[in-house]
Amino acid sequence: MKPLRRALHRLAVCAAASGLVLTAGCAGAGSFGASENEVTIALVSNSQMTDAQELSTDFEAKNPGTKLKFITLSENQARAKITMSAAMGGSEFDVVMISNFETPQWARDGWLLNLSDYAKNTPGYDENDFIPSLRESLSYEGDMYSVPFYGESSFLMYRKDLFEQAGIKVNQDKNYQPTWQEVADWAKTVKTDDRAGICLRGKPGWGEVLAPLDTVINTFGGRWFDEKWNAQLNSPEVKRAVNFYVDLIGQAGELGASSSGFQECANLFGQGQTAMWYDATSAVSVLEDPKSYPELQGKIGYLAAPIAEKPNSGWLYTWSLGIPQGAKNPDGAWKFISWMTSKEYLRMVGEKLGWARVPPGSRTSTYTELPEYEAISKSYGPLTLQSIKNATPNKPTVQPVPYTGVQFVGIPEFQDLGTRVSQQISAAIAGQKSVDDALEQSQKYAEVVGRTYQEK
Amino acid sequence: MTVTAETAAEADERAVAERVRKIRERQNVGVSRAEGWRRRGPLLPALIFMIVVTQIPFLLTLYYSTLSWNLVRPGSRQFVGLNNYIAVVQDSQFWRVGLNTVLLIVVVVLVSALLGLLLALLLDRAFLGRGVVRTLLITPFLVTPVAAALIWKTTILDPTNGILNWLLSLVGIGPVDWIGEFPLTMVMVELIWQWTPFMMLLILAGLQSMPRDILEAGRVDGAAAFQLFRELTLPHLRRFIELGVVLGAIYLVNTFDAIYMMTQGGPGIASANLPFYIYQRAFLGFDMGQAAAMGVVVVIFTIIIANFALRLIFKSFSGKEEAA
Amino acid sequence: MTTTVEKTAATPSAAAPSKKKARKFSPWGVLAWLAGLGFFFPVFWMVLTAFKSEADAATSPPKVIFSPTLDQFKAVFEQEIGPAFMNSVFATGISTVLVLLLGVPAAFALSLRPVRKTQDALFFFMSTKMLPIVAVILPLYVIVSNIGLLDNIWALVILYTAMNLPIAVWMMRSFFLEVPGELLEAASLDGASLWRSVREVILPLVSPGIAATALICVIFAWNEFFFAVNLTAVNAQTMPVYLVGFIAGQGQYWAVLSAAATLSALPVILCGWFAQNKLVRGLSFGAIK
Repeated sequence: MKPLRRALHRLAVCAAASGLVLTAGCAGAGSFGASENEVTIALVSNSQMTDAQELSTDFEAKNPGTKLKFITLSENQARAKITMSAAMGGSEFDVVMISNFETPQWARDGWLLNLSDYAKNTPGYDENDFIPSLRESLSYEGDMYSVPFYGESSFLMYRKDLFEQAGIKVNQDKNYQPTWQEVADWAKTVKTDDRAGICLRGKPGWGEVLAPLDTVINTFGGRWFDEKWNAQLNSPEVKRAVNFYVDLIGQAGELGASSSGFQECANLFGQGQTAMWYDATSAVSVLEDPKSYPELQGKIGYLAAPIAEKPNSGWLYTWSLGIPQGAKNPDGAWKFISWMTSKEYLRMVGEKLGWARVPPGSRTSTYTELPEYEAISKSYGPLTLQSIKNATPNKPTVQPVPYTGVQFVGIPEFQDLGTRVSQQISAAIAGQKSVDDALEQSQKYAEVVGRTYQEK
Repeated sequence: MTVTAETAAEADERAVAERVRKIRERQNVGVSRAEGWRRRGPLLPALIFMIVVTQIPFLLTLYYSTLSWNLVRPGSRQFVGLNNYIAVVQDSQFWRVGLNTVLLIVVVVLVSALLGLLLALLLDRAFLGRGVVRTLLITPFLVTPVAAALIWKTTILDPTNGILNWLLSLVGIGPVDWIGEFPLTMVMVELIWQWTPFMMLLILAGLQSMPRDILEAGRVDGAAAFQLFRELTLPHLRRFIELGVVLGAIYLVNTFDAIYMMTQGGPGIASANLPFYIYQRAFLGFDMGQAAAMGVVVVIFTIIIANFALRLIFKSFSGKEEAA
Repeated sequence: MTTTVEKTAATPSAAAPSKKKARKFSPWGVLAWLAGLGFFFPVFWMVLTAFKSEADAATSPPKVIFSPTLDQFKAVFEQEIGPAFMNSVFATGISTVLVLLLGVPAAFALSLRPVRKTQDALFFFMSTKMLPIVAVILPLYVIVSNIGLLDNIWALVILYTAMNLPIAVWMMRSFFLEVPGELLEAASLDGASLWRSVREVILPLVSPGIAATALICVIFAWNEFFFAVNLTAVNAQTMPVYLVGFIAGQGQYWAVLSAAATLSALPVILCGWFAQNKLVRGLSFGAIK
C-alpha cells in the first residue's frame, strides 16, 4: 500500500506542478484575462449601474475588439479605491464613477481629463442636454470634467394606501412641500409593530447617513462652518436638527437603523416593512420597477423634500463618469462613457429593461422626448425634475457659508471629516452615545479642518 | 506518586536534544569559516527575502510618519517631525480602539482556548461517528473569513430576517439588533467560532500524545477523574495551550476581515480595532502621515508584548533543543 | 518507578487515541455531536441558502423547506468567476511553492546543521509575523504602485510568500528536528555527501511534515483578504475580493452571495477535510508522531 500511495503522491505533485507552470505561462501578462483593447471601468454598485453592466453587451457588439472589464463596489469602498488611485496617478482604471463632489476638486488638481473636446467631437452627444444645475456642478472653468450618468435630488416617498387606511390626508398641490414636523406626526401614526413609520438612513459614510441628515440640518437653519470657517456642529440649530432626526428614527424608524443605508431602506420599503422613506429621487428605478415590486405599482405617493425654515431643501447629486489622468486607454474610455451617457442608452434601457429603470435626472430630454417614460413616470417624473432644478448647492443654508454643496461640504477634507462625523452620528442613532456627545466629538474634528482653512 | 506524565514526553524531548547535541558536537569540531558560510547558505535566501519585503516598507512607514501628507490635498507633503505622533497620542479614539483591540484578542483567545479544550476532551473519547464530528468541527477554521463574516452578518444576525432572531423569537425574546447594539461582541463571537477548531486541534494533538498508562495507573490508585485531569492531563497540555494562545494572538492582532465585513468598525468606533482604524485613516481619510504614525505606535507596542510572548513559546517548545 | 518510565518511553504506541470500548450512545458522544452540529450550522446554512431563490433567502421566519434552484450558481458563473478563481489558484500555488523553496533550506539550516545564533534568526522570523500588516500597507501600496505591480497577481504572490514563510520555517524546523540522529550519522559514515543524505534520507522522512506545512500555507493564502482588497482592482482579483463584489447590487442578494461564498470557500474546505490528519500534524508542529 505504501509504495502505491507514494507513487500517487508523486503523480499528484507532478500534475500540480505542471498545472502551475501552465498557468504561469498564461499569467505572464500579470493576471488572467488581460487582452488587447481593454477598458477598465470602476463603478458604484447601484441598480442603475448593474443595469449598465448587463446592457454592455450592446456596446461590445457596436465596438468589436474592445473588451470591457467592470469592477463594482459599494459606495464607500468604491470611493476609497477610486480616490486612492486618482491621487496616486494610478492607471488601474480607464473610467471612474465619481460625482459632483469630486469633479471640481479633481479637475482643479489635474487628476481628470477635460472632456469638453471629446464631447464636441462626438456627433449627437449634445452635452447641453444635461440638466443645467448638474452640468454646472461637474464643470471647472466652463469645461466638463465628468459627465452625468444619473442625477438625483431627494424627496419623500410614502404608501398612499397605508395613509388612506390611517386617515391621513395629504395636500396634492404640486408646489406643496411638507414640513418635517408633519412628516414626524404621520410616521408615528402609520407605524405598527411590524412596520416602521419611516425609513431614514443611519449607516455611517458621508454619502450615506449624512446625505439626508445634512438636508435636515440645512433646512433647520444649521450649517457646518460659518463664513470665517468656524465649525458650527454644536450650534443650537444643528443640535436641534440632529436631535430631531435621531428621535424620529427612535420613535418611528426602522430597526437596525445604524446600519441601514439606501439599499437596506429600499428593501424595507419594497417589502412593505416601512410606510415612508425619505431618500434619493433615483429610488424610483428600484421601487417602480414592475419586475421587482409588482404589488407596489400605483401605491407610492411622492412629495417634495420636507422643510423647516428653508424651502427647496432637496439635495443635488449626480453619479458621473470621468477619465483619470493615468488612464491607459482614454479613447476607449470615452467611447464607453459616451455610450453610457447618451440619449440612445436611455432609450435602450427603457425598451430592454423597462421604462421604470431608465436612469433618471441626467438629461432634460428624458422628460421631454421619451413619451413612454413620461407615461409611466407621471407620479414622480415632474417632481424629480423640479427637485433637481430647484436644488441650491451654491446657497444651501439659511445663513451664509463659505462652501458649496447641499448634502456635503465641497472641500477635499470632507471625505474624511464627513466619514468620522457620520460614524459619531451613527453611534448616536444606535443609542451608543448621546447626540450631544456625538456632536461634541464631531465639532472637534470639524474645528481641526476649519483651522486649516482659516490659516489660508 | 512521583512518576508524572511529563516524564515520558520529557524523556523523549531529552533524547532528541541529546541526539541533536551530539550531532552538533560532531559537526562543531573545527568549524571553519567556509563551513560556517556553507551552513548559513540555505538560510540566506529566506532571510534576505523577509528582510527586503518587510523591513524596507517599515522604514518607509517611519519616513511617512514624519510627514503631514494628505493624499487629496496635493502640495501638503511636508516634514513635520514628531507632530503626527503627538496628534496620535492626543487622539482619544486611537486609545479607545487600542483597548478594543486588546479586549478582542484576549477574549477571543481565552474563550476559544477554553472551548477548544472542552471540545478536545469530548473528541478524545471514542463514540459513534467521532471522525464525522471532528470533520464538522474543523470546518469553521477552513471557511474564508470574509465569507464567514458575511454569512454571519446577513443570514444569521440580521435583525429582521436572520435566523438567530427567529430562534430567539420562539422563546419569546424580541428582535435584537445584534450588530447595532453589540458590535464588538458579535465580532468576537464570529472570531471565536472560527478559531475554536484551531485550538481544539492543537489540544487534541496534545491529548493524543499523552501516554495512557499513567492515567490508568492513576485511576487504579483510586484518583478521581477531576484530580487526574488537573494533575496529569493539564500540565501535559500546557504547552499546547500556550502554543495555541500565542499563535492565535499573533493572527488575531491583524483581524480585519470580520470587522470590515460585519460592522465597518461601527457604530462610531465601537467595534473598530487598530488595523481597521488605521486602514480608515489611510484609505478612507487619505491621511498618510497620521496613519503611518499610528502604524509605528502599534508596532512599538506589539514588539514589547511580543517579546514576552516569544520568550514563552521558546521556553516551552525549545525542549527539543537545548539552547546553545 | 524507573521501569515504568522506560516502558512508556519505549512504547510510543501507548500514545494512540483512547482505545476504550466505544460505548455507542454515551452522553459525551451526544454532547460531541451537538457541538459538532452547532459549529457546522452556519456553514450548512450558507450552503442551503445558496440553493434558494432570493425571495426565499431573506424571509422571516427563515425557510427550511423550499424548492431548490441552481439559479444562484448560474448567476455566479455569469459574473465571471473564472479569472478570480484562477488568480487565487495562481497566487496560492506559486506562493506556497516559493515558501517551500525558501523555507525548507532555511529550516534545515536552523535545525540539523545549526547556525550560530539560531535563536536570533528564529526570533527574527517570528517577529516579522507579529508586526501588524496595517503598519506597512501604505508604503507597500506606494511601492507596488510605483513599480507598476498594482492590480498584478505577482504582487500578491510575493506578499503571500512573506506572510507564510515564518510559520513555515518554524513548522518545518520542528519536523526536521524529529529526524533521528542515527540516520544522519549512518548516511555520512557511508560516505554520502550532504546533498545525497538530504535527498535520500531526510526529505522522504520529512515529506509528511512538508505536506502539512504546505496545507497550512494554502489555507492562509487562499483566504487572505487585506492585501488582495487593497492592492488589486479588476485583473488580479482573488476569490475573497470577488466575493465581496456580490454584496451590493439591487435588492436582495443573500442567496447569490451564499452561492459565491460556498464556491469560494469550497476548495480549501475540501482540502482540509481530506487532509485532516496532515492538518493536525501541521498545527501541532510535529508534537505528535
